Amino acid sequence: MESTLEPGPSRRSFIDWLLGTSAAAFIVSVLYPVSRYLVPPPAGESSAASVTLPIRAEDVKPNTGQIFKFGSKPAILVRTAAGELRAFSAVCTHLNCTVQYRPDLAEIWCACHNGHFDLKGQNVSGPPPRPLDAYVINVRGSQIVVSKGT
Amino acid sequence: MPSAAGSRGRLWTWLDERVGLAEMEKLVRKKQVPIHRHRLWYYFGGMTLFLFGIQVVTGILLLLYYRPSAEEAYESVQFLMAEVQFGWLIRSVHAWSANLMVAVLFIHLFSVLLLKAYRRPREITWVSGVALFGITLAFGFTGYLLPWNELAYFATKVGTEITGALPVVGHFTLRLLRGGDEVTGATLTRFYGIHVAILPAIVTLILGLHLYLVQKHGMSVPPSVERAGGPRRTMPFVPDFLLRDMVGWLSALAVLAALAAFLPAELGRKADPFAPAPIGIKPEWYFMFMFQTLKYLPSTILGIEGEIVGIVGFGLAGLFLLLLPFLDRRAEHGGRSTIFTWIGIGMIAFVIVLTYLGYTASPTQ
Amino acid sequence: MQRWLTPLGPMCLLFAATLGGAATATPPPAQTPTTGASQPAAGPPTTPKESCSACHLEIGDDRLAAPVKAYADDIHRAKGFGCVACHGGDANEAGLEAMDPAKGYIGKPARAQIPQLCGRCHADARFMKRYNPSLRVDQVTEYAASAHGRKLLAQNDPKVATCVSCHPAHAIRPPSDPASSVHPLRVAQTCATCHGDAAYMTGRSLPTNQLQQYTQSVHWLAMSEKGDLSAPTCNDCHGNHGAAPPGVSWVGNVCGQCHTVMSELYAKSVHATAFPRMGVPGCAACHDNHAIKRAAVTMVGLAQETVCANCHSKDDVGGKAAAEMRGVLDALGAEHARAAATLARAEHAGMEVSQARVDLIGANDALVKARVAVHAASVSAVKKEADVGLGIAAKAYERGLRALEELKFRRQGLGVSLVIILALIAGLILKIRQLDRPRRHAGGSVTPNEEA
Repeated sequence: MESTLEPGPSRRSFIDWLLGTSAAAFIVSVLYPVSRYLVPPPAGESSAASVTLPIRAEDVKPNTGQIFKFGSKPAILVRTAAGELRAFSAVCTHLNCTVQYRPDLAEIWCACHNGHFDLKGQNVSGPPPRPLDAYVINVRGSQIVVSKGT
Repeated sequence: MPSAAGSRGRLWTWLDERVGLAEMEKLVRKKQVPIHRHRLWYYFGGMTLFLFGIQVVTGILLLLYYRPSAEEAYESVQFLMAEVQFGWLIRSVHAWSANLMVAVLFIHLFSVLLLKAYRRPREITWVSGVALFGITLAFGFTGYLLPWNELAYFATKVGTEITGALPVVGHFTLRLLRGGDEVTGATLTRFYGIHVAILPAIVTLILGLHLYLVQKHGMSVPPSVERAGGPRRTMPFVPDFLLRDMVGWLSALAVLAALAAFLPAELGRKADPFAPAPIGIKPEWYFMFMFQTLKYLPSTILGIEGEIVGIVGFGLAGLFLLLLPFLDRRAEHGGRSTIFTWIGIGMIAFVIVLTYLGYTASPTQ
Repeated sequence: MQRWLTPLGPMCLLFAATLGGAATATPPPAQTPTTGASQPAAGPPTTPKESCSACHLEIGDDRLAAPVKAYADDIHRAKGFGCVACHGGDANEAGLEAMDPAKGYIGKPARAQIPQLCGRCHADARFMKRYNPSLRVDQVTEYAASAHGRKLLAQNDPKVATCVSCHPAHAIRPPSDPASSVHPLRVAQTCATCHGDAAYMTGRSLPTNQLQQYTQSVHWLAMSEKGDLSAPTCNDCHGNHGAAPPGVSWVGNVCGQCHTVMSELYAKSVHATAFPRMGVPGCAACHDNHAIKRAAVTMVGLAQETVCANCHSKDDVGGKAAAEMRGVLDALGAEHARAAATLARAEHAGMEVSQARVDLIGANDALVKARVAVHAASVSAVKKEADVGLGIAAKAYERGLRALEELKFRRQGLGVSLVIILALIAGLILKIRQLDRPRRHAGGSVTPNEEA
């Protein structure tokens, strides 16, 4: 330790400078993550109970179907020939393969063991023992929102 | 530093006229902290307060993204961890700071107990402190359920089940806590309300009282120091003690940051009420000693169900703690109360040993 | 099975003679609340007074009593049919008068007559409609076309199965009853009673290890362990009443009942024309007929344990294609594994990668589809599916790498913030010492070297 009575002005001002600068840096290092946190991320909201599809409603043609992600499982969106939008879980109730839409049959079909589901999700032929879970669809303008329903 | 009002600047003077800053400053500067060989323990109260402050700030930030329903809670936390910028940091700090706060709170409680700072005139300070301890444990218990994951679900189930074993009021309390007979979404929403509204309101009042009383009575001097003639010197609270406090707080913050980066808060699997309980469910570590004690008790003691004896026993221990200033008559009159010192040491040993056993004993015992 | 009952007629006479005079029509024993009437065309179940069970139970010979006891659980009894419905005679008469050929009594029917006997009701659509309108009524016709039926009717083969071989005559239960001999879980055992008995099958050209092989197959495991009763057992491929092994050229159609995609791909492949020409039994050539194991990538290619190597070598076009297909499948498998491992590492380190893991499922789906495309025996078909999977796996791998990058970023960020905090702490400590110093020298209240 030094033997001076008091730290010289240079030392004192160094300490003050150090304190000031590091305090400012500290405040920035706290405020930076907090302010980034406050800005909502692109995904907007958690997608547990409902998913807004990146597909526009008018782009879904009648008698077509496509797979989309719902939470952690695949789901299938179908527009019937009559024009109605429907969505179901795409996990086959037999052995969990992913189903697909068959426009030639106007049915949902599982390629693994030839299971057939009608457009209400009912298992109509083949090994699947249970119907597909149906989801609720709401269309807001050209946005399709699929949710689990009650 | 010079304290004359005039050299302070115009802003300070303007505020002083309206809010009375000079008076406040005088009050704050009055506070002196005694210096003696036990002064290390003086820091733990402030540390607890600091960590509580962190909880409030991170908790409010979490509120912006969390959803308190059984269908969405888990996913909202998942979203927070994965998509929100620094969401992992806020959540991990919140989780770790909770643990750290309880640990520091234990140290604060037992150091105050062993240094007999509950003596007159600080009895109400002590009582409010024990109440704060209970509230903190309640914060921990309610907060733990909020991510609605497997571990939390079953820990809550077991914890509320134990409440249900209380005589007379057990079933009613269980229903009150769970919002029904089982742990469901209703429980989650209820715990959420308790965690973010009810407990904060209560804690504001009691903490305010506690801090006011600490300011009013100043720092207590341990009996051994008093007997030796009192502390030879003191240091002003502002700025000396406060600067030292801040060193401690910043160190704690550094530890929290490291913990958040290397051991981020886990999420596990979503709660499934229909799945069987996983082996080795454990409560949070600060409940472990009670949990483990209940496991060791025989199924009946003197005709009463063992679990109830255990719960009532802990309740009585809590009551003992609460009424400690009024029971320790010797210390009140300035004498040695070695019995209470030994009781305190015994409690510490009990908590440590049973917590250790809780983590090392096989879950299928 | 019931060969030993043939001498029973005369024996019955003997016993009845000894009893002599026990002619009172005893009411049916309490344990068999009987139903049925004297004609096949019975109405709703009533409690008839059938004399048959009375004697047959009390006589003391197990061979007579066994059918009566077994009949308690029979479905015909539940529907109101008694002994007389099949064996004829007069149920109201007691004693031997009941067994009167003039009253239609036929005793134990001859083997060759059994299909017709059962067919008296079961081939009559209008009759069956009264009891179960959805039951088929063509079993006898089918049977006549089956291997069993042709042998029985043309050569009166004493060992082939008749109706009662699989549906035990007095204890017939519907197939949906788990205790029935023709419940899906028990069909294989029932067929194997003859077909698995090497001694019984001597002199015939059929193997006798089918049951043993079948119990090793995925189909049996699916039924017995997973409880999937839609999995095939003997009758699903061989037919039940019209049982016959599938022809070599139409094995694919049989398997294709469930495995449509593979069957369709196969049907368009070069194998579909080549195999029948060579007498190779379609699907069974690679997958076996009874001991069907779980299909794996290891079956494809030219290595030792593959099925392609049974016919192909590396010198022919097919062999080269097989090797290439295996290469593509292995590559996709490896990509998938790499992506999965990276994501797992990231997850272990605390990063949130659940969405990427879900997306990776698509790569696994593509791998499954690529493996199925092998049936088209065309490298381009396999590549088409595999390419999709490779794309997905690559994206997931990238996501995993990004997560690990983020992890690095976090640790670097931590380093930076720790440096700042430590600097601040250093500043504070220096400040503390600075404040202490003047007081020390002024004889103040803080001593030097004061640690916190």
